[in-house]
Amino acid sequence: MHAFEYAAPASVADAAAALANEDAKVLAGGQTLLPTMKQRLAAPSVLVDLRKIDGLSGISREGDALVIGAMTRHADVAASKVVQDAIPGLAALAALIGDPAVRHRGTIGGSLANNDPAADYPAAALALGATIVTNKREIAAGDFFKGLFETALEDGEIITKVKFPLPEKSAYEKFRNPASRYAMVGVFVAKTKAGVRVAVTGAGSSGVFRHAAMEAALAGNFSPAAIAGVKTDASGLLSDLHGDADYRAHLVGVMARRAVEAAA
Amino acid sequence: MVQVAMTVNGKAVSANVDSRTLLVQFLRENLRLTGTHVGCDTSQCGACVVHVDGKAIKSCTTLAVACEGASVTTIEGLAHGTKLHPMQQAFQDNHGLQCGFCTPGMIMTAVDLVNRKGNALDEATIRHELEGNICRCTGYHNIVKSIAQGAREMATQPQAAE
Repeated sequence: MHAFEYAAPASVADAAAALANEDAKVLAGGQTLLPTMKQRLAAPSVLVDLRKIDGLSGISREGDALVIGAMTRHADVAASKVVQDAIPGLAALAALIGDPAVRHRGTIGGSLANNDPAADYPAAALALGATIVTNKREIAAGDFFKGLFETALEDGEIITKVKFPLPEKSAYEKFRNPASRYAMVGVFVAKTKAGVRVAVTGAGSSGVFRHAAMEAALAGNFSPAAIAGVKTDASGLLSDLHGDADYRAHLVGVMARRAVEAAA
Repeated sequence: MVQVAMTVNGKAVSANVDSRTLLVQFLRENLRLTGTHVGCDTSQCGACVVHVDGKAIKSCTTLAVACEGASVTTIEGLAHGTKLHPMQQAFQDNHGLQCGFCTPGMIMTAVDLVNRKGNALDEATIRHELEGNICRCTGYHNIVKSIAQGAREMATQPQAAE
């Protein structure tokens, strides 16, 4: 790991100010950033740890939305009765991230800000039509994810919480890489008042994406049979040593059908 | 260098450390608590699992400075003097180890599992919860037996305070 300065400010405003340093980075749970730094793939000059800032973690129901603070740990989302009642698919997703010790450190805000193409939370945020709230503005999930590890976040912008509108039904199915636990393919399906949304992670070569053909097929008939014949185009999908694009395209269909079955 | 202070196994400790110091390095090299192991150093194997504020975490993927003010329990903090913690005793009774390298992490993970899920654990739950701990002697059978026994006995025997 390269040397860095460590800062643990007590407010979001102070954290934003500390991020004005060139190459400064936010430290949330550190479960991705620290391994990346150990491999010297990241070398921030300053690490701005958010752990001392009050009000960044917690889970609450606010009207028709579930609100989760950015520093809320995966284990707390998975074990939360509030989440289990409001959006069971989201609690189940959190329980599938990493392993128990990783879930005690990793945070929802960190996962969304990192936007790993195989991370789980981006699929939930996109399928549920979440709103990502920062210290500067509110960003719709559809405008937030900008490709591999890229988001709409600007310099000095910090996620403070995430708002999930409550769906009628939802579920997440994930085919995990057995070594890394990352999604080879993960599909989050949400039936909402505004329609059906299907988001796929782990497969897209530009990160998480919505599956328009499946959404259309499920709009009138929310059942696994409705998407049995829907093909996934393998040309924009990832190919790597874990599986080629055709294999992932096939898995998208399998995971989507299982997710619809679990949600229905 | 950054000043860091925390409680480790009930004792207040502090040191001036490089900000890069991982919690596992701080425990092993500053405090000479070498029961916590470094296996993979990539947060996969679980040999470095300790408890921070009562929760199992991977100390190879946590900065020491980020544990300022925290209460840390390592494998050295489980026994009461010469009397082993029920989970340690269960690993001895069931031969829940071969080379022993993964054992500290297995035991810290197991105690955390009991804290979260209670004293009656079935085999499927134990195996699932061990997904972040790797034994390269492939001796999981006795590890699972040990954890089931240790979990039951934790219900009736006093334990060291976290």
